[in-house]
Amino acid sequence: MFYREAGQFKTSYKADQAVFPIFQDKVFVAIWLLIGFVVIPMLANEYVFRAIFIPVIIMALAAIGLNLLVGYCGQVSLGSGAFMAVGAYAAYNFMIRIPDLNPLICFLLGGLSATVVGVIFGIPSLRIKGFYLAVATLALQFFTDWTFSRIDWFTNYTPSGSIAVQPVAVWGFVFDSPIRKYLLCLTVLVIFTIIAKNLVRGRIGRAWMATRDMDVAAEIIGIRPIFAKLSAFAVSSFFIGVAGALWAFVHLGSWEPLAFDINLSFSILFMVIIGGLGSIVGGMLGAAFITLLPLFLNQLPIWLGINMSTAMVSHLEYMIFGALIIFFLAVEPLGLARIWQITKEKLRLWPFPH
Amino acid sequence: MGFFVEVLLSGLMAGVLYSLVALGFVLIFKASGVFNFAQGAMVLFAALTFVRLLDILKDTFAPITLALIITIAMMIMLAMAIERLVLRPLVNQPGISLFMATLGIAYFLDGFGQTLWGSDIYTLDIGIPKGSIFILESVFEGGVLVAKEDLVATVIAGLLVVTLAIFFQKTRIGRALRAVADDHQAAQSIGIPLNYIWVIVWTVAGLVALVAGVIWGSKLGVQFSLSLIALKALPVLILGGFESVLGAVIGGLIIGAGEKLAEIYIGPYVGGGIEYWFAYMLALGFLMFRPQGLFGEVHIDRV
Repeated sequence: MFYREAGQFKTSYKADQAVFPIFQDKVFVAIWLLIGFVVIPMLANEYVFRAIFIPVIIMALAAIGLNLLVGYCGQVSLGSGAFMAVGAYAAYNFMIRIPDLNPLICFLLGGLSATVVGVIFGIPSLRIKGFYLAVATLALQFFTDWTFSRIDWFTNYTPSGSIAVQPVAVWGFVFDSPIRKYLLCLTVLVIFTIIAKNLVRGRIGRAWMATRDMDVAAEIIGIRPIFAKLSAFAVSSFFIGVAGALWAFVHLGSWEPLAFDINLSFSILFMVIIGGLGSIVGGMLGAAFITLLPLFLNQLPIWLGINMSTAMVSHLEYMIFGALIIFFLAVEPLGLARIWQITKEKLRLWPFPH
Repeated sequence: MGFFVEVLLSGLMAGVLYSLVALGFVLIFKASGVFNFAQGAMVLFAALTFVRLLDILKDTFAPITLALIITIAMMIMLAMAIERLVLRPLVNQPGISLFMATLGIAYFLDGFGQTLWGSDIYTLDIGIPKGSIFILESVFEGGVLVAKEDLVATVIAGLLVVTLAIFFQKTRIGRALRAVADDHQAAQSIGIPLNYIWVIVWTVAGLVALVAGVIWGSKLGVQFSLSLIALKALPVLILGGFESVLGAVIGGLIIGAGEKLAEIYIGPYVGGGIEYWFAYMLALGFLMFRPQGLFGEVHIDRV
């Protein structure tokens, strides 16, 4: 960037272990937070909040959660949609069955329910590896789809099977306008990002990464695989569960089991891969990319003034989406996070690269 | 008892069709180590191409043969395009990236096929007999009801498996394929062209997809949902093992029969529709005892 870190000496262990050891990085993050919390709410309009910022933020949370599991612990999961569904439905059931419970607590309880399910379905990962595990996690996906559409208790016996909720209200403060929803989601994302960032640079994160790089070797140096794998499943499904509750309550408002089908699982995995495995920033970049790409492709014919039937547009969208995915994987297999990193390194030396 | 056998047989025959789709997966996984999620999309694409060509060519002297030849040519071109545009740039990438790339192929093919050929439901009739017959009347009272098309499908699938087995075991190309499946580097160093082998494998998988698509299509009509049978084939795959042709066949039979029996005998107690996830749970149960599937290769991890 336009700065040098020369002259910044770390004189204590605390300074050495800081999340952002370089002063300019701290400023940079502070500027981003300022933009997120102050500038965007002043400038953006309702449509932009509803269509872009809120879904991107919630998906970023889910992608970070999945990245902890896939990118850091190396356990491929195709069941993120299921964890989101568990988070959403559990939060809904806590809300209607325990009167006057704070919705934020409900969201966390939804996340905890997803954690329980995640640990149970994480148990096969102790035996099964690689793609066998990926397909095995699909079992959870189909099982939850079935559970929430067939067992009426979870949907509180609504005849259509779809659920509609009131805007979230915390201590009399109603999150009804897009800008309030946006701030709620952003706050949750910031808090969870801090948690994730600190988890992956601590003992537990190192255990995950050792397991990812080679599980047999990790076991030999004294990392219990049962602890590493199940904790990764637990934390990841907690994140994804909370994201699911937010997705349902804040973004959708009313939903049916189909909202959390296998396509959602694939999208979140796309976010993680396109964003960059094993990178927190990557999860956010990937979420933005995958959420905005269909919106963009959808609008493109209108901008270009081409008249096409909606069916045609959706088919072309599929084609372009698929082709772009392949293109991105071929050009930068390590994801957007890697591009971001290269840009930073280049800018650090610019304009005198030698 | 007659009813039980009837359910079992219909399950086994559905299982044969799952095996057909799973076979495509196995072929590609064996030869290139790619977990090809696009197999379902290939089934849809092949069936759509075939059924639309049949419609276009219906006034010519031999519509089925011509449509078949053109469709096969399309599948070969598709295999070459995939090898050139997807596999070659992504060589030596981790399996998960390649898997995501095949998801990209699946999206692309779903969109491409429907842009090219339209997205209606097309009926496909290539002379597979319809209707049902009773068999085994001497053994059970009233006999066992079997759909004729299922029988034909079973025979075709059986023939296909035998042909593939001969192709793999007895021909020069088949030997090369097995060598590549065994060890990429060793195969390359004795002069087997890897890229050429990949094209062949993807072509064979494409042809298997065509057969599966035509059989499923004449049963259910050619429509978008064909693309989703890939999801039905996945539990077959993990049950049988990714590397085994035999595993795909036997896995398919177990899953097909288990699924139908569970739907009839357990389904009513839990609200029905358990076909949707039962196959996965069954496969998961098997995996807990044999993590590499029934016939998969046992990998020994070394540090």
